[in-house]
Amino acid sequence: MAEWEAVIGLEIHVQLRTRTKMFCGCELSFGDDPNVHTCAICLAHPGVLPTVNEQAVQYGLQIGLALGCEIAPRSIFHRKNYFYPDNPKAYQISQYDIPLARSGSLADVRIHRVHLEEDAAKLIHVGESGRIHGSGASLVDFNRGGTPLVEIVTEPDLREPSRAREWLQLLRSTIKAIGASDVNMEEGSLRCDANISLRPAGSDELGTKTELKNMNSFRFIERGIAAEIERQRDVLESGGVVSQDTLHFDPRDGTLTSLRSKEYAHDYRYFPEPDLVPLAPTEEMLARAREALPELPAERRERYRSELDLPEKQATQLAFAAGLGSYYEEALATADGASAKAIANWVTGDLVARLRDAGEDDCDPASSKVTPGAIASLAGLAESRAVSNNAAREVLSALVAEGGDPAEIVEREGLGQMEDSGELDEIVDRALEAEPDAAQKVRDGNMKAVGPLVGFVMRETKGRADGGEVTRLIREKLGR
Amino acid sequence: MSAGIRELTAAGAIGRIEAGELSPGDLRDAYAQAPDELGAYLERLSEGGEPAAGELRGLPVAVKDIFCTEGVPTTAGSKILEGYRPPYTATAVQRLADAGANVLGKTNMDEFAMGSSNENSAYGPVRNPWDIGRVPGGSSGGSAAAVAGRLAPAAIGTDTGGSIRQPASLCGIVGLKPTYGAISRYGMIAFASSLDQCGPLTRDVTDAALLLRAMQGADTCDSTCVGIEAGVELPSREDLKGLRIGVASDFSHQVEGVEPGVADVFERSLEMIRELGAEVGECELPHAEHGISAYYVLAPAEASANLARYDGVRYGLRADGDGELVAMYERTRAAGFGPEVKRRIMLGTYALSSGYYDAYYGRAQRVRTKIAEDFTTAFEGFDLIATPTSPSVAFELGARTKDPLAMYLSDYFTVPMSLAGIPAISIPAGLAEPPGGGPQLPVGLQLTSPAFTESSLLDAAHALERAVAFDGRPPTLGEEA
Repeated sequence: MAEWEAVIGLEIHVQLRTRTKMFCGCELSFGDDPNVHTCAICLAHPGVLPTVNEQAVQYGLQIGLALGCEIAPRSIFHRKNYFYPDNPKAYQISQYDIPLARSGSLADVRIHRVHLEEDAAKLIHVGESGRIHGSGASLVDFNRGGTPLVEIVTEPDLREPSRAREWLQLLRSTIKAIGASDVNMEEGSLRCDANISLRPAGSDELGTKTELKNMNSFRFIERGIAAEIERQRDVLESGGVVSQDTLHFDPRDGTLTSLRSKEYAHDYRYFPEPDLVPLAPTEEMLARAREALPELPAERRERYRSELDLPEKQATQLAFAAGLGSYYEEALATADGASAKAIANWVTGDLVARLRDAGEDDCDPASSKVTPGAIASLAGLAESRAVSNNAAREVLSALVAEGGDPAEIVEREGLGQMEDSGELDEIVDRALEAEPDAAQKVRDGNMKAVGPLVGFVMRETKGRADGGEVTRLIREKLGR
Repeated sequence: MSAGIRELTAAGAIGRIEAGELSPGDLRDAYAQAPDELGAYLERLSEGGEPAAGELRGLPVAVKDIFCTEGVPTTAGSKILEGYRPPYTATAVQRLADAGANVLGKTNMDEFAMGSSNENSAYGPVRNPWDIGRVPGGSSGGSAAAVAGRLAPAAIGTDTGGSIRQPASLCGIVGLKPTYGAISRYGMIAFASSLDQCGPLTRDVTDAALLLRAMQGADTCDSTCVGIEAGVELPSREDLKGLRIGVASDFSHQVEGVEPGVADVFERSLEMIRELGAEVGECELPHAEHGISAYYVLAPAEASANLARYDGVRYGLRADGDGELVAMYERTRAAGFGPEVKRRIMLGTYALSSGYYDAYYGRAQRVRTKIAEDFTTAFEGFDLIATPTSPSVAFELGARTKDPLAMYLSDYFTVPMSLAGIPAISIPAGLAEPPGGGPQLPVGLQLTSPAFTESSLLDAAHALERAVAFDGRPPTLGEEA
């Protein structure tokens, strides 16, 4: 049986977080009563004209620059024509042959293009099917109509469903860092379609692709793509051919349904939008967009590697995962003595593992009870040996369960490292008496024999003693 | 009391008001009470309101029904907008009001400005005051007939390929199509957005300048509108000394069917231009003759998208679709649009279709660029270019309704300037007997100049207007009202 390689490209729509709509002065909203944010322009009354939202252009430029794209000196708006009640002009103003930005990359995925357009209104189909055909009636809420959108199209550089999900999370972090969007999949401010095709492994040609529409969570994206890959593999392995199609993934039962119908078969008759002049960003606009860019995940990874000396994998994890990086940054800012490396280890190691065990899907520590300050202070306690590693893990368990201040937990639970060296000294002496054979071996230079002696001390101190200090004391007393 | 009032030009009437010899109310009443036997108006407004202080204080203006007027029915001559009352007012109309003008009424027009005879109105034709058996031209036929027929001292219209200039020519008045981008298109119901431009239809050149001055200027609601940076001077020129006027004989004589009467008046006008001190020379516009072909691809293409919003969902006519969306769309549009509008929507949809775009829309755009370049080159050697405005005088009602191509040729001389986006004015140049005989009818002369040079264009037109001394009063009107 042939090995198949999946070829995946993503098409992402991001609702921009501007105050007003793309082409009129209506305010953006989410969750308000229907049709309260409308005007003659976004309802497409006769005679109205669009005017471009400057802030949307700024955000578009920032996203383009953040994705390493070339910004078009003059990009053009086009009309994309189709009749549908969610599209009051019967054309969407979008960009076509000359988008705002193109030819960029984010991590190892190339960006084909980034363009500006407007969102459609929201249709509510009354009736059982939930689709327009067969519904009793359809209602239109124009609040969303005209919301500024940035569309980002990748090259087909992804191969695995899980990588598609990870990459999309990186894109989300990047846009979130810019502040251009809420990038919330549930609320629809981040929407993703995937183009998927299969080809024999090693082939350079592209197979026939299908388009998977509107998956509204990271998990569904991964599952939907995986399901479609499997479907295509079944088709191909049973000797069939994949036909070009638009599909809907139903996360409830994992089924894929074809959306090919009259609604989706279109000749969009694109032509340049005569109501708008070409978009020619000035040097000043570009400079402003560059200046407004915060440190982006890719740059942050570089800084973590070169300045904080974190290993590549850890630097990537912290810089690219949504929320993790900013959590780490906050922890660093509140750190009092703990090293960046120690904090990084606690965040990416024990903390993430605990949260995953606790069933948190995206492992966002910011939404846990462990504050960045708490993790920094815990890292500091452990690093300064004020608590042993074992005790520190116990403190973390308490933090995950109920939050709080690590120093207080140490105090309350009596987990502090033994500070009274006289007490430790006395316990070490008892160990030497209790394990005379081991003591003699160490005295004779066999350092492996130190184990039973340390074990005795740890038992006696219930783990509060610092292993290194115990070993040092034993060697001192035995003259090694 | 009202004797002669309706014979006053806009500037004349405003002067009387300023001098305290005439009240804005009396001026308005003189027009409002005159019976509309031409079918020029679709809606006459009962109230003028208190006029704002400004250069046009007290001037009543007729407004083509393509301009949105808040709360006042606005149909663009179409059944599909029957009863539609816009929630806002067009910038051009608002600027007139801000300058002190008031709206007399909304004038009849070819449906969505598509036509050259006003016979494509869903609300009946308009009659030419010079001969009520003939058309006033179009698409701003109601505005032109109202001004010529003494039903308004001045009017505004829109010009996409000649819709101000051609009816002005056929009705013996002045019609100005300003540079594309001089006046805001906001609130002007779109036909072909890259060509549509608002402009005045007036009794003389000075009035055209007055209205242009009030309406022009950048508008935050229209990103294609930049205004005339240098402003608009009222014309004062009495000769044409030092000016070079180009005549493109190849273009002007190419078209079949320039009526002999029109050609004669044009030749006499050129003679007059020389007598006024200008130099008349031969200029080349090698691509202008292809203007009509390009125009009838580009304008319908844009129209097919602009008119797609009339779908029965939000306003205007809605036909019953028996519960089916597509049926509702189709029946609404089938019932709401007239034959010419449907023809152009189909033409434009076809021209933009996948696989045909380059052959039609793309090629037409290249022709448009060539025509614009022709004018740029021509203006290196000439200050103005003169052509007849229309190949014919006003034709009889029904004469061309069965022959769309003959109708389209009405715009032969006016379309190239629209494609180039440059200003052009039609002024009455004389009278000519129509083919087949009958009373003499007005003939217009068109002058065009580089973009945003309206002041010098108006100045030259003013000098020629004085020399022509055209009597713009249609003989059918009888004794002075």
